Amino acid sequence: MSTILIKGGHLIDPASSVDGLRDVVLKDGRVAEIAEPGKSSLGKGKAGPETTIIDAKGLTVAPGLVDIHVHLREPGQGHKETIATGTAAAAAGGFTSVAAMPNTTPANDTPEITRWMQAPERGASVRVFPIGAATRAIKGEVLTDYAALKSAGAVAVTDDGHPILKDSIMREVLINATRQGLSVIQHAEDTRLTGGCSMNAGPTAFRLGLRGMPPEAEYGLVERDIRLVTELSMNGKGDKNGQRPHLHVAHTSTARAVAAVRQARRNGLRVTCEVAPHHFLLTEEHVGAYDTNAKMNPPLRSAADRDAMIQGILDGVVDAIATDHAPHAAFEKEVEFERAPNGITGLESALGLSLRWLHHEWKLPLGRVLSLLSAQPAALLGLRGRGMLAVGSFADVVIFDPGAEWVFRAKDSRSKSKNTPFDGWTMQGRVRWTISEGRVVFQAETVG
Amino acid sequence: MLSSRELTPERVSEILTLATELENEDPLERATRLAKRRIALLFYESSTRTRTSFELAAKGLGADTTLVSSLSSSIEKGETLKDTGLTLKALGAEAIILRHPSSGAPWLLERETRLPILNAGDGMHEHPSQALLDLRTVLNHLRPGETHVTAETLAGVTVAITGDILHSRVARSNMILLPRLGARVVFCGPKELLPDLAAQAGPGISVERNFERALGEAQVVIMLRIQAERLAGLQLDLEEYKTGYQLTEARLAAFAPRALVMHPGPIIRGLELTGEVADGPQSAILEQVHHGVAIRMALVYRALTAVGVGA
Repeated sequence: MSTILIKGGHLIDPASSVDGLRDVVLKDGRVAEIAEPGKSSLGKGKAGPETTIIDAKGLTVAPGLVDIHVHLREPGQGHKETIATGTAAAAAGGFTSVAAMPNTTPANDTPEITRWMQAPERGASVRVFPIGAATRAIKGEVLTDYAALKSAGAVAVTDDGHPILKDSIMREVLINATRQGLSVIQHAEDTRLTGGCSMNAGPTAFRLGLRGMPPEAEYGLVERDIRLVTELSMNGKGDKNGQRPHLHVAHTSTARAVAAVRQARRNGLRVTCEVAPHHFLLTEEHVGAYDTNAKMNPPLRSAADRDAMIQGILDGVVDAIATDHAPHAAFEKEVEFERAPNGITGLESALGLSLRWLHHEWKLPLGRVLSLLSAQPAALLGLRGRGMLAVGSFADVVIFDPGAEWVFRAKDSRSKSKNTPFDGWTMQGRVRWTISEGRVVFQAETVG
Repeated sequence: MLSSRELTPERVSEILTLATELENEDPLERATRLAKRRIALLFYESSTRTRTSFELAAKGLGADTTLVSSLSSSIEKGETLKDTGLTLKALGAEAIILRHPSSGAPWLLERETRLPILNAGDGMHEHPSQALLDLRTVLNHLRPGETHVTAETLAGVTVAITGDILHSRVARSNMILLPRLGARVVFCGPKELLPDLAAQAGPGISVERNFERALGEAQVVIMLRIQAERLAGLQLDLEEYKTGYQLTEARLAAFAPRALVMHPGPIIRGLELTGEVADGPQSAILEQVHHGVAIRMALVYRALTAVGVGA
């Protein structure tokens, strides 16, 4: 494997609290050296011809981003996205690790499918971490084999879009996952309250004549799950082996769900949550004239909920920014709003939106933004050597121009699908290189 | 025209004036206005009044009309709204009159076909031509002879809309249009059919749970049918509903003896109102139907003669 010297860049590695000019040497898929500018073993012309030199002067060098919530659609839904196209989009967006949801066809409920998703034949540009189905065929009834899923590479379990409603099953899922050291991710939606609904409940839904999902459908289930975690955590001391369940709340969208997570953490529980860019940027008003690119689940909420997502990010209760990248073919979205599938793409807009809004607009330090997009999500799912740039960690790097403003164009997306509400939005921070395990997997065309 | 939101007082005045002009025109003369122009009626839901009056309106102007309904067309075979719309356009349709069970469907059809679309009712959302014919009915009684309206024309008028507000596109189109002309809209009904947040739906709108109080304030009473097809599992005690909200002769005499009684139809006699009220002297229900043709002539004419896309 080749050697890469990234020189002259401004390294920000939240995990090791580095924030300054550093040269980075990548060798054999790992970080080999981090040195003061010009002081690496390859500095001052010592690099041989086999070394690729990236001049990162004026650029930010950071750990490759980690998205713990993407839908890569394979197996079975290749018309929306493939693992190859989805990870190409990830690379273009600066991501080097993506955790893939199991709601594929068939669902990823066996070690065979979990391995299939990671096989070299899939042509992935970046590392794919499959998330296993918590129950067979994500039906919420019979648990899958967590030990087998884990040994095949699954990093967590979830039934994602088919939330586990039965208390008894959810309890069993938490117990078994904890035994295997796996996190349980819940898409918190009490589907008994959301039948036939296509947006957030409230005055906007009333005006548009659409049935609305009440916020309690989300926070009600989050509160239920936290009750179960509380019971199983034995007042924070863990079970008899000292293991404590880890509940991760996916795509939090309501103020009360964030409040519940905050309280759970104060009570010493292992409860984490993520927020998607669309939930900290958009509100239900963006449904506009029935724009199916503003339809996702959980839906865009009220301005008060949106503000609570921003507040949660700023004050630290939110552990990660995750995109919920959910590609759908154009023909699937060109239908009546109520009939359109939920979801939008997100891998190529997440960094640009986060830098523009969280950093420049709302003044979250750059290191904190990057941490939410790398170190924290990696730690949350126990992805060792990811989301950090220390000697020995994986050579996963994103190099971007932090000041560059650019306009996101859906048609230029590497994803197979173009369903995004952010088409034409101004972004900040252009990705120039993305390196996955020592390979350059994305390079901006306009480098010059 | 997709929504009552497009209706400014100036636009409403133009439509009302044109409706009267067309209504009074010699039928043979009128039939030359859109002679042989093609208009498609695309109906995904059953309809008597709206479909017939749009069809008579278009034919009265001389246009060729064709009706495509969800039964007995390729829609049954799974053709999408986009493809059905593009097919009608390829067949020469210059405008499409759409009724559809999904809120917002006319916006999709307009985006995909770039044709003028007349919204003949979309899900629980809107039914703007109904709001216009309701307005013409109201004006005929309260402001006879008026076709020029302003933001004050209906100042001091309270319209009580009672019944299944939640599922009603008529309620939503009226709640936008009537306050723009100065009227106050009072929604009345039980919580299941009228959420509290309806009061936040726009200016000039309030909620009154007590039917008799609502009647007492109203010069115009619009009764709505309970839309069984949209209840989505909601269980209603109909006897209780009638006790609270049925419009009877006794209630009318006691609380609104001079009010105009309207209903967009279809009426269910013995449920939201009694047969005696429907047939009684205060009822303008059939008059509403009658106004439908003139209003829809004006809308169809504008759709095909407007400059640019969309009427």
